[in-house]
Amino acid sequence: MSRLPITKTPKVYVGGAFIRSESARVFPLKDAAGNFFANIPQCTRKDLRNAVEAAAKAGPGWAKRTAYNRGQIIYRLGEMIEARAGEMAEAIALGGASKVAAAKEVAATVDRLIYYAGWADKYEQLLGNVNPVAAPYFNFTVTEPMGIIGVLAPEQAPLLALVSLFAPAITSGNTVVALASTSQPYPAILLGEMLATSDLPGGVVNLLTGYRKEMVPTFATHTHLRALVGAANADERKALALGAADSVKRLHLVKTEELPDWYADSAQSLEAVRSTLEFKTTWHPIGA
Amino acid sequence: MPTLASEKKTTRPSARPGRPAPELIFGDLWEFDPAPETADPKLKARYELFINGEFVAPKSGKYFDSVNPANEQKLAEIALASAADVDAAYQAAKAAYDNVWSKLPGRERAKYLFRIARLLQDRAREFAVAETLDGGKPIKESRDFDVPMAAAHFFYHAGWADKLDYVAPGRRVAPLGVVGQVIPWNFPLLMLAWKLAPALAMGNTVVLKPAETTSITCLKLAEILQDAGLPPGVVNFVTGAGEVGAAVMNHPIPAKIAFTGSTEVGKIIMRSLAGTDKKMTMELGGKAANIVFDDAPLDQAVEGIVNGIFFNQGHVCCAGSRLLVHEPVAKEVLAKLKNRIKVLRVGDPIDKNTDIGAINSKEQLGKITSLVASGVKEGAEMFQPACKLPTKGFYFRPTIFSGVSMSHRVAREEIFGPVLSILTFRTVDEAIEKANNTAYGLSAGVWTDKGSRILKMSTELKAGVVWANTYNKFDPTSPFGGYKESGFGREGGRQGLLDYCKLV
Repeated sequence: MSRLPITKTPKVYVGGAFIRSESARVFPLKDAAGNFFANIPQCTRKDLRNAVEAAAKAGPGWAKRTAYNRGQIIYRLGEMIEARAGEMAEAIALGGASKVAAAKEVAATVDRLIYYAGWADKYEQLLGNVNPVAAPYFNFTVTEPMGIIGVLAPEQAPLLALVSLFAPAITSGNTVVALASTSQPYPAILLGEMLATSDLPGGVVNLLTGYRKEMVPTFATHTHLRALVGAANADERKALALGAADSVKRLHLVKTEELPDWYADSAQSLEAVRSTLEFKTTWHPIGA
Repeated sequence: MPTLASEKKTTRPSARPGRPAPELIFGDLWEFDPAPETADPKLKARYELFINGEFVAPKSGKYFDSVNPANEQKLAEIALASAADVDAAYQAAKAAYDNVWSKLPGRERAKYLFRIARLLQDRAREFAVAETLDGGKPIKESRDFDVPMAAAHFFYHAGWADKLDYVAPGRRVAPLGVVGQVIPWNFPLLMLAWKLAPALAMGNTVVLKPAETTSITCLKLAEILQDAGLPPGVVNFVTGAGEVGAAVMNHPIPAKIAFTGSTEVGKIIMRSLAGTDKKMTMELGGKAANIVFDDAPLDQAVEGIVNGIFFNQGHVCCAGSRLLVHEPVAKEVLAKLKNRIKVLRVGDPIDKNTDIGAINSKEQLGKITSLVASGVKEGAEMFQPACKLPTKGFYFRPTIFSGVSMSHRVAREEIFGPVLSILTFRTVDEAIEKANNTAYGLSAGVWTDKGSRILKMSTELKAGVVWANTYNKFDPTSPFGGYKESGFGREGGRQGLLDYCKLV
């Protein structure tokens, strides 16, 4: 006797909670064979603003965690994905990837997280330094997280690219609002569940699903997003740059026309961590 | 014979609880004779564009006057570049990059920069006088700060040119190509050095536009570049106002644009570059909080406050223009400040005793005047010493506003003049909240005797530079640049080099 399975209602992970879009809108997701799979939240500008608020609340606490603690938590996220690797691979395969390719993407994603987990308590030693000023001052430059980072994931490599983009930002204590692949949103939905069980405080990573066209203008102009990282086409890059000018926002965008090989070693770097950091220099007199 | 007990009865100014120290009114007792710096600035009557290693007349044949803001007299006429001149400069820069500069080993590039530093040191006094005549800053500042610091920037960056493998750990770096740079009028020669030295050390070639009111030391430096034998086209200077700047920004050749100036103009540039692949560095405005706690050494703090806001007539993007004073010492600090600024000498910038020189231009004087009027209108209490100002030239009295609230324009907008706004706070958290409550984030100052508090404040203040128990200190080894709407990118130090290279 066959049993009708219980299907899961996809929800996005924002502020540590699983929510539907405030607009109550959804869009249907089909599997590679064209069969209906589930309705995905079609998030709005308002959802984005709410997510930024959640990220703002989580920010100071996350940035104040010790580097050692942030490293352990990011490692824990790797553990959570590894433990559910099969399920995640199926989510990726929905988009048409072969089982082997999907499993490879999950494995590469976990490895990427482990890579950044290890950076958490080391990047400062390489990026900051003491400056030998020509006067009796102790002068040092350290890094600080920029704050809330907007992430625009590309359509392909729906898990690996998304994680490759946000992991360096949270490694240093930033919080993130990310828009997942529109055509392959389900891995991001599932990733939310893994984030929720990873010890990462709610609001540190907020994942939205929906249409880029609706969301990009608000990513561009939201004053509290201090930097945008991700992939964008020529029109989006121009729109994002115009919006960024209003609040002197930092942009680190790759072209969708020439995306990096997300599996390559070059897709992970100290520079990716640096791209969402500010340098701060402090002068202190030396004297009795 | 005095006993210990009788010694204790002796009262000293520092031992009069609740009463300020006695006032010393130097003005009535001391008359300063004029002490002008007399070194010859060796100015030419006319300055041409500097393109491809030569001084060339602008294609339009047009020139504009550079005036001395201290007396409104014409100093020289400066070539007005057109788009065609800017294009010629970029073509020269590109040819120099492709054929010469990118092929030179770093150690050879270094030698040119060392030479420039040395030649500038040789002619330091001449440059200092030229800088003061053209820009209005006191000679003691151009002599002791601007020119030596500019030379130091060339010397520091020279040594990097053959050590670039150490700039980005684990990565190789490469120059970007041709860089377009636009600099402001507040530190004409120093900003030029901040821009040129790292760009050249990294192997880029440059087209740079100085501000239209302060082109002279830039074009004098061109003489040094010739004397140093710098290959033609590696550095090109085009002069003029905003439209020349726009031509520099929007030309297709530069791979990177570096700008120092107001946040307003920075945003316009960012918009104009939207949709291009040009990299950018923006060093923009500020409204820095200078925070004084009740345990601070107050006399020292008052000196720091004065230096923070009246240095270079307050034409400083990182000026400590918002003074946040801990309530228990607010009255005392205000009284000390008033006494202190009564004895600041405002006047002829070329006089070696002058503390506050001339406002850079009539336009800037108008801007300061109108913002100060808004402060009075919005209800802040204004204090200005009754000093005599020269009859000709552009001058503004050092000005203090007390009773300022966060919503006042004088607490929010960058005045870029000798105007200090004083606010008070009760707790550390309130100080942090008020200090960070601005779109800017360039710099901040903290005055306290408590080391742990300095480190906490430094961590919490959203600013690129934090001065603890000091203010307005700069060094080529020390990265400078802003958070938030004060811009992005750093200048100086290892970190500053990162903005002039790509990782390969």
